[in-house]
Amino acid sequence: MTATETHASQWHTRDFPEAARDLLQDSQTRKNVQHATNVIQGKRNKVVAELPDWEELRESGAQVKAHVLRHLDHYLTQFEENCTRAGGHVHWAADAAEANRIILGLVQQHEAKEVIKIKTMTSEEIGLNRELEAHGIRPIETDLAELIIQMGKDRPSHFVAPALHVNRAQVRAMFQREMHLPELGEEPEDLATAARIYLREKYLRIKVAISGGNFLIADTGGLCIVESEGNGRMCLTLPDVLISLVGIEKVIPSFEDLEIFLQTLPRSATGERMNPYNSTWCGVHPGDGPKEFHVVLLDNGRSPILADREARQTLQCIRCAACLNACPVYHQTGGHAYESVYAGPIGAILTPQLHSMEEGRSLPYASSLCGACYQVCPVKINIPEVLIHLRGKVVQEDQATLMGKFSLWNIGMQAAAFLFKDASRLAMAERIGRVGQKALVSKNGFIEWMPLMLSGWTQTRDLKAMPEQSFRDWWAKEKAPGAKPADRSDHA
Amino acid sequence: MRVSLFITCYNDALFPQTGKAVVNVLERLGHEIEFRPEQTCCGQMHWNTGYLREAVPIIRHFVKVYQDAETVVIPSSSCVSMMRDHYVKAAEMDGDAKLVADVEALLPRVYEFSEFLVRKLGVEDVGATYPHKVTYHASCHSMRSLHLGDIPIRLLKQVRGLDLQPVQNAQECCGFGGTFSIKNADVSSAMLADKVRMVLNTGAEVCTAVDNSCLMHLYGSLHRQRTFVRTAHIAEILAATAEGAEA
Ligand code: SF4
Repeated sequence: MTATETHASQWHTRDFPEAARDLLQDSQTRKNVQHATNVIQGKRNKVVAELPDWEELRESGAQVKAHVLRHLDHYLTQFEENCTRAGGHVHWAADAAEANRIILGLVQQHEAKEVIKIKTMTSEEIGLNRELEAHGIRPIETDLAELIIQMGKDRPSHFVAPALHVNRAQVRAMFQREMHLPELGEEPEDLATAARIYLREKYLRIKVAISGGNFLIADTGGLCIVESEGNGRMCLTLPDVLISLVGIEKVIPSFEDLEIFLQTLPRSATGERMNPYNSTWCGVHPGDGPKEFHVVLLDNGRSPILADREARQTLQCIRCAACLNACPVYHQTGGHAYESVYAGPIGAILTPQLHSMEEGRSLPYASSLCGACYQVCPVKINIPEVLIHLRGKVVQEDQATLMGKFSLWNIGMQAAAFLFKDASRLAMAERIGRVGQKALVSKNGFIEWMPLMLSGWTQTRDLKAMPEQSFRDWWAKEKAPGAKPADRSDHA
Repeated sequence: MRVSLFITCYNDALFPQTGKAVVNVLERLGHEIEFRPEQTCCGQMHWNTGYLREAVPIIRHFVKVYQDAETVVIPSSSCVSMMRDHYVKAAEMDGDAKLVADVEALLPRVYEFSEFLVRKLGVEDVGATYPHKVTYHASCHSMRSLHLGDIPIRLLKQVRGLDLQPVQNAQECCGFGGTFSIKNADVSSAMLADKVRMVLNTGAEVCTAVDNSCLMHLYGSLHRQRTFVRTAHIAEILAATAEGAEA
């Protein structure tokens, strides 16, 4: 088993309901998550409300992204040409293994024993850190939250604020231990200073940096990264060699399109009008920045998504995480319940698709379809619609197996569909239900226990028993032509 | 106006009083109500759970029953959102061009109950009296799919004696989500616990909404905890009069 496989096998081991059940017991994490999401969402709502043309910006962003996805081959080749002309090297990676192989090769070629990294979800997606470590190379995360995750041997739970589930006291304890700073104070400045001192030495010494990328710019061959801490700027400018690992869907047609995204992304992600650091660069320049620049374009399950007309919009995502912050399910569980690199509503649609629906099959169901994600998404991904589409795939695939065909869910749903095709069948079922429920109804007129999957309802909820008369029976008796109402005075 | 009532499957079996209240209010406003006994369900449970192919015949049945109706009124925003958000797509998925055309012809005449009163009839005061402290739960579909905005609030504000209490975090889901409430019972219950806390904080004795599905969920917990809060569909509040006459 390679390191990558080991890493991948750490995710997707449990279904969402099972993982969520455990996380719901963790009151500290839940408190941290609720607090953090409330704060970010409050800030986001405030700065979004400032823009009179917010809806138009969302629409433009969605259209640019949708256009790119229809012509992805064109824009990627254009990017490759322009990037190469500017002195960059473009590599194509079909999957995680190939991307790891390319990056490892580049690092080894420069005989680096350590690399510095800027927060990148794609590197998490391919399990790059483990692959590097397995070959004796130490990756050092420079984003504060990623550093916290790395030191705590934890997993990211949110893709803008990966350590959102950890609070300040927990960070302090970790720094005291890992950085050998027993006297460390508890103020945010104390923690930031400790991290800064720890990292600065690394920036100045280590010669190879690895980044992700927010945007690949086709018409210039450039890249763009936005960040808040300045660690990114250090990694992008100080080392001799820069390797950027970017998903193929991140390409935009032109530099001018940043006009849209540099307004919508920071507002959606951190509730800022603009990111403190916006870096764009193009190839290499003598005496300025890295001497060698590589871009690894990652597919890893993305192109099959393009072929699915309903679900293609998934790839419009700019990873702002606004949908996580808005999601009432995420509020309760945090990111780890998704057992996936990508959590929250976007994770629930992206993860199973990246794995050809072979993993994360419970994720499309990890939503009440409340629509809060769609409402905030700056590129208008209709997540509820895609969730339902993917549920449809799960059901169809399950029905093709013997176990799925004879599952209680399938039998129940087929039976219900049979009843709903004909009102007389439905009325008959209601009558049977009224008699059948008697065994379950308590003295107070409520059902407090139900069997099998319905027990999920009664574990925390009562259900009022079906009344003696349905509406249709009442109508037939009281209102229908030819009915003989018991008391005519009501509707004289 | 001749109004055709689509009661919805769960209101028919579990909340007949809501249907009676809709009839009561619309008759009081001088409209003629009809009930087509062939009606069944909108198909939402199947569609939202991923039983897409199974939903299509249910949709076809709905369209067949109501095709010639002048106006269809439905006391459930989630069923209306099922129709507006998904019917065309379901018909397209089935490759049935005639069904697509029929759906497109029918949908403009389909209204959610409160939306029908305010947007179609232009009525806000239906002459109701309801001397209770009430809080309004805005269901997700009413807000994000039908964009009802303050329509239900405007109706409630005209009810005599009604003391309307705003609820905090009104935009957050109650955790029902149809089969989500049993497939993800733990998370759903956690969401419900938060929502119930907000409802209790208002001090209201009645929680209302335009969807009995959310109310069934909320009341499931309110009753389990033996709180004093009860739930009532908005139609039941609007049907209540000083004389106490109910349908
Ligand atoms: S799906 Fe939309 S809201 Fe969610 S992370 Fe992607 S861009 Fe942001």
